[in-house]
Amino acid sequence: MKHGSRSSRQPLSGSTTLKAIETTYNPRHHRFAVILACWTFLLIVAGALVTSNDAGLSVPDWPTSFGSWYKIPKLVGGVKFEHTHRMIAQVAGLLTIILAIWTWKVDKRRWMRILGLVAVGTVVVQGVLGGLTVLFYLPPAVSSAHAAVAQTFFCIAVVMAMFTGRQWIEEHPCVEFDGRKPTLFTLTLLSILVLYVQLLLGAMFRHHGMSWWPHVLNAVVVSFVLAWTAIRALSIYSHIEAVRRPAILMLSLLITQLGLGFLAFQTRVEWGKDAVQPELPMVVSTVVHVAVGALLLATTVVLAIQVWRHVPVAFEERVPQAQRDASVA
Amino acid sequence: MSKTPSFVILLLPVLLLISSCNTNQSSNTAAQRQASTTATSTPIDPATVASVSGTIRFDGPVPAPKKIDMSQDPACTGSNQGEMLVVSNGNLANVLVYIKDGLGNRTFMPPSTPVIIDQRGCRYHPHVLAAMTGQTIQIRNDDATTHNIHPMPKHNREWNISETTSSPAIQQRFANQEIMMPMKCNLHPWMRMYINVVSNPFFAVTDSAGKYEINGLPPGTYTLAFVHEKLGELDQQITLAPKENKTVDEAFKSPNGD
Repeated sequence: MKHGSRSSRQPLSGSTTLKAIETTYNPRHHRFAVILACWTFLLIVAGALVTSNDAGLSVPDWPTSFGSWYKIPKLVGGVKFEHTHRMIAQVAGLLTIILAIWTWKVDKRRWMRILGLVAVGTVVVQGVLGGLTVLFYLPPAVSSAHAAVAQTFFCIAVVMAMFTGRQWIEEHPCVEFDGRKPTLFTLTLLSILVLYVQLLLGAMFRHHGMSWWPHVLNAVVVSFVLAWTAIRALSIYSHIEAVRRPAILMLSLLITQLGLGFLAFQTRVEWGKDAVQPELPMVVSTVVHVAVGALLLATTVVLAIQVWRHVPVAFEERVPQAQRDASVA
Repeated sequence: MSKTPSFVILLLPVLLLISSCNTNQSSNTAAQRQASTTATSTPIDPATVASVSGTIRFDGPVPAPKKIDMSQDPACTGSNQGEMLVVSNGNLANVLVYIKDGLGNRTFMPPSTPVIIDQRGCRYHPHVLAAMTGQTIQIRNDDATTHNIHPMPKHNREWNISETTSSPAIQQRFANQEIMMPMKCNLHPWMRMYINVVSNPFFAVTDSAGKYEINGLPPGTYTLAFVHEKLGELDQQITLAPKENKTVDEAFKSPNGD
């Protein structure tokens, strides 16, 4: 293993491992968390279909649908997209509540229990934001917040699935300290930040609150930061599987997302400016762009957590000058 | 039996009184409306009124109208195509022509008759509508499916109402002037039209032959505006003498500069 001259990263020792969390792996609980993450991904796709098909207000009321709490309306035109999205969202809410209760009962980790509650809070906020988009006729700020919270919730569902997994619970992570500047952990946090900005800019453009160019301009920043992060992770920590895999996935998704972004721009901005209705190439490219964007954000969050676990920041021990002088004396 | 006639006799004056009160009330209301009209509408001498008419042309190649796929809803039958640029023999339909400026402090009451929007064949009839501020707009649904009517104003209150086949016609009014306000159906995303709300009664929308006519104008100098949903606005200064019938034509150019 090569060590950089400035790096203070060192395996604690071949046999030294960290294992601070004591909980048992519950396969059914984990599978349920995975189902919630997959269901949330489906929900994001359904939501993207609503926006791309301009169907956001096809059901004019909320929380009822055409005045009813339970009746399924005739699923034609935009109602097909909007009401399906609402039904998937209701199931997602229910699954989240079940997972939170289940986590509270079976998981010994206090922070994990709190995460379950945070997931419930997020899904409630998301539902209310969805309702506000209907009641206030899709104001760009609210619709964009709805899009951003959707992906935040997806990230929470994904990390809950990861935290309940066998590997997370049973592995004894081998830790290497990172003394480079900026640290890999800093880079992953920066990646999440620029992706969030990109998500908001994209959502604002998609919901007619902003022009397309800030989103396209920030794509350059996102590409640079994510490529830097991935290259750092893969060039130095590729031997750590938990870091290597999400780093490779992040890089692959970034490349895919750039291609999809170009396609979405062409179909919507260039070819679609005089469109008389939402056309299939535009719908497909924009929905896939949103879906891959969600996967990219979640993968980056996973990478950040794995880096935090396996490659923590090496803090230089700092002794106050007075103490240092005293000890010398 | 004997009680019935006396009951009717007793009731008759009351009924007559109510009837007379109602008559008075309606005649009062009419009188009030008249008074109100007189008070708020600036009178125009009918002996001097002028008119303006003309034809709007489109210079440039006309793209073939885009066909609309209505397969999302089986109740939407027939063929449909985009109405963004409707040109026949070089004449442009769906152009709003209205007096933009020059009426001074004159005020006008909205007509009591409503203007009608009909949803038929999953499209709006007409594609471009003009009404006066405060005038009732009646929206009918002649399709065997539900529509929702969602205007997207900038200077008026926004609303979004569902209208089934059996629903009574929707009646709405807009309080403020607004030109080319989009209105759409979110169930059928190809359904889009434009409502124009004008604060005076001097407006018209060009027909399929590109023609318009505005009558009853007091003599004066005005800014006549021609507005198209895609091609934008063109203005002309006109001066109308008493009883003059002026012809004012206009031509829009292709936005691509062809």
